[in-house]
Amino acid sequence: MKKVRLTTIMVMAFISLSAMYCKDAKTENSTNSEMITEEDHSKMNHDNSDGHHDVDKKEMAMNGDGNSQTILNDYFNLKDALVADDNAKAKELGATLATSLGKLDISKYTDAQQSELKDIMEDAIEHAEHISESDIKHQREHFKVLSKDVTDMVAITGTQVKLYEQFCPMYDGGTAWLSTKEEIRNPYYGSQMLKCGKVQREIN
Amino acid sequence: MKLVKIISWITLIIFAVIQFFPVNYNQSETIPQTDFMIVNKVPATVYKTLHVSCYDCHSNNTSYPWYNKLQPVAWYLEKHIDNGKKDLNFSVWGDYSDRRKKSKINSIMNQIESGEMPIYSYTVIHRNAIISKSDKEAVIKYMTSLKDSL
Repeated sequence: MKKVRLTTIMVMAFISLSAMYCKDAKTENSTNSEMITEEDHSKMNHDNSDGHHDVDKKEMAMNGDGNSQTILNDYFNLKDALVADDNAKAKELGATLATSLGKLDISKYTDAQQSELKDIMEDAIEHAEHISESDIKHQREHFKVLSKDVTDMVAITGTQVKLYEQFCPMYDGGTAWLSTKEEIRNPYYGSQMLKCGKVQREIN
Repeated sequence: MKLVKIISWITLIIFAVIQFFPVNYNQSETIPQTDFMIVNKVPATVYKTLHVSCYDCHSNNTSYPWYNKLQPVAWYLEKHIDNGKKDLNFSVWGDYSDRRKKSKINSIMNQIESGEMPIYSYTVIHRNAIISKSDKEAVIKYMTSLKDSL
């Protein structure tokens, strides 16, 4: 009898131990499963390009695969979601951006540019992926570095629309981001401090 | 009582059987040339902190206490370490581009400063992995200077 009780206690201990671990692992999974894939959103922001650039526009509007302009559009959609404090939407758009970053066609650039772009994409994809599975505070942390990556990308690829590099001195020792509009809508603070920041540079 | 006995035996057998399922242990004999500690000149205190608090999940070498080789604990750890290394692997630091190094340093500083890392499920067992306030400051100071040097 005594023996049975001892085994029972031991077994119970093991069960509860493993149950504890399983539970922990499960909670982690559930955050991952919230990752939703893109779909219709790449269509969403095509009017972003405010209509008066016709030359290359077709290429971009068709499906834009491998195009830096698609990356920019996805980036701006993500930025708007952060401006709107929309964590769920930012997750979705982070995943979309990660996909379009991965598709950038770098074959037309010089070797030096290609290796630079590869570095940028590798880093940017990681941040976009993190954004697709984080809370809003982390999303904004990653968006900061992502913004730097995208800005560096634009320095190589150029842009079809005029961009404004904007700067908020308050967020994490001073932080920049890109926008297609001149007026400030701060993605790092959202509604908390919507208009904090200034235009630092215009990129054509 | 009979039922309890049967259940106990079944559980014990399951527990015994799963011990034979293979696990990839995250261990390596040598320290690669790309290791963070080799690539950089790391002060002793920071070296110790990173080794004790980070390297188990963020390098190619985990030091496993005996119970961590038991199933199902080992499975759980394997997954954890895989995830950890995906985000940051100090063993391949030298292979990261400067851009990524800076990104990683940013995240390291944010996570350590906010206390998100090392994670609770780790420090609850490894009490010595909890980073003291002064060690935190030392790590952040060092990481800041490293980032500026890149």
